[in-house]
Amino acid sequence: MKPEVLDALKKYLFQLADDELIIGHRNSEWTGIGPILEEDIAFASMAQDEIGHAQAYYLLLTELGEKEPDFLAFYRKYSEFRCCQLVEYPIGEYDFSLTRHLLYDVQEMNRLKWLSQNSKYEPLQNLTAKLIREEKYHYMHAITWFQQLSNGSEEARIRMQNALNFCYPLALSLFETADYHEILVKEGIIPSEQYLQEIWYQEIQKILEKTPIQLPEIQENINYLGGRKGFHSEYLEPLINEMSEVFVIDPNAKW
Amino acid sequence: MITRESILIILDEVKDPEIPAISLVDLGVISDVQIGDNEVLVEITPTFAGCPAIEYMRKNVEEVLFKNGINGKAVINYNKVWSSDFITEKGLKQLQEFGLAKPSPSSENLLQTLQNVECPKCHSNNTQLLNPFGPTLCRAIHHCHDCKETFEQFKTL
Repeated sequence: MKPEVLDALKKYLFQLADDELIIGHRNSEWTGIGPILEEDIAFASMAQDEIGHAQAYYLLLTELGEKEPDFLAFYRKYSEFRCCQLVEYPIGEYDFSLTRHLLYDVQEMNRLKWLSQNSKYEPLQNLTAKLIREEKYHYMHAITWFQQLSNGSEEARIRMQNALNFCYPLALSLFETADYHEILVKEGIIPSEQYLQEIWYQEIQKILEKTPIQLPEIQENINYLGGRKGFHSEYLEPLINEMSEVFVIDPNAKW
Repeated sequence: MITRESILIILDEVKDPEIPAISLVDLGVISDVQIGDNEVLVEITPTFAGCPAIEYMRKNVEEVLFKNGINGKAVINYNKVWSSDFITEKGLKQLQEFGLAKPSPSSENLLQTLQNVECPKCHSNNTQLLNPFGPTLCRAIHHCHDCKETFEQFKTL
């Protein structure tokens, strides 16, 4: 592999892994405080899947010469993370977490579909073929609950609409284009972010058709971009500090 | 002589730590056995990528090989697909005896595979999905309207 492709590929793998690690950590924060027991279990279970997926992506990086997965997850500065800002935000109320879950997982489903069918980097194609089988459960869960609550009481509808108004511009950070994307698209390793955003938009519209919820207008002057380049919201640094608190005491400890 | 078949017979002893009724072989996670000149290499493919029991399984495989006088190593391969369709007939029976409903054959329509799952207690299909997520990554929760039992199912993957 050409050195410039390898360099770009590593950055993209960090993007995939970091999104999964951070959304997984956030979703795990519902453990014990979910609105109903079943949802408590669902968010905890999805979190465990997502952190497992992050570990598998980090392992691909280890195989490309980077450090062990635990080091990559817990021993990098927050500015080295390539996650988007959507995943960094605190869990807020359940309506926010559920709406984020919908916008995130519809995106992830489409990304995994493309990678598992088309990626010319075989280890990534093979891994995503495995992960997409688990992702189907997350995808189904998000759509079912979002539609159910949106068609519920007046309070539920207002809450879901407000959550979407807040979450939608934030979710566009999922598709931020960074300098390492172009060469990987050209090599047939990844889909373009623009393509993913287009099919995501169409699919979200379709899901909303079965609800009274409307997509908000996007104001051009508000954006949450920067995550793919290491510029993050104020929420990431404290999260990483908390997440790695035990690990950094003794990074070489054997568990 | 050591053969792939003889290794699989030995490994029948290694059970799933979370469902001790079923062996790793019947669960379909032993995805490859290679007989080298000096060493046997066993490959394990996790069911779910985030399965916390996987390292425990890997060590167990090595211990059982060692106990049987075989110089062997077990490695985990995350990049291979595992499907609940890989569980053997014997394995499906063991799951039911353990009290878990067996996974439906995998299909494109996930929701359909989760409806009217056969109750492991009374074998009725008059059942309802309560939660596609359960106490471990690989289990879903259902309720049987006939025997009124709430039960877990090994998820279709």
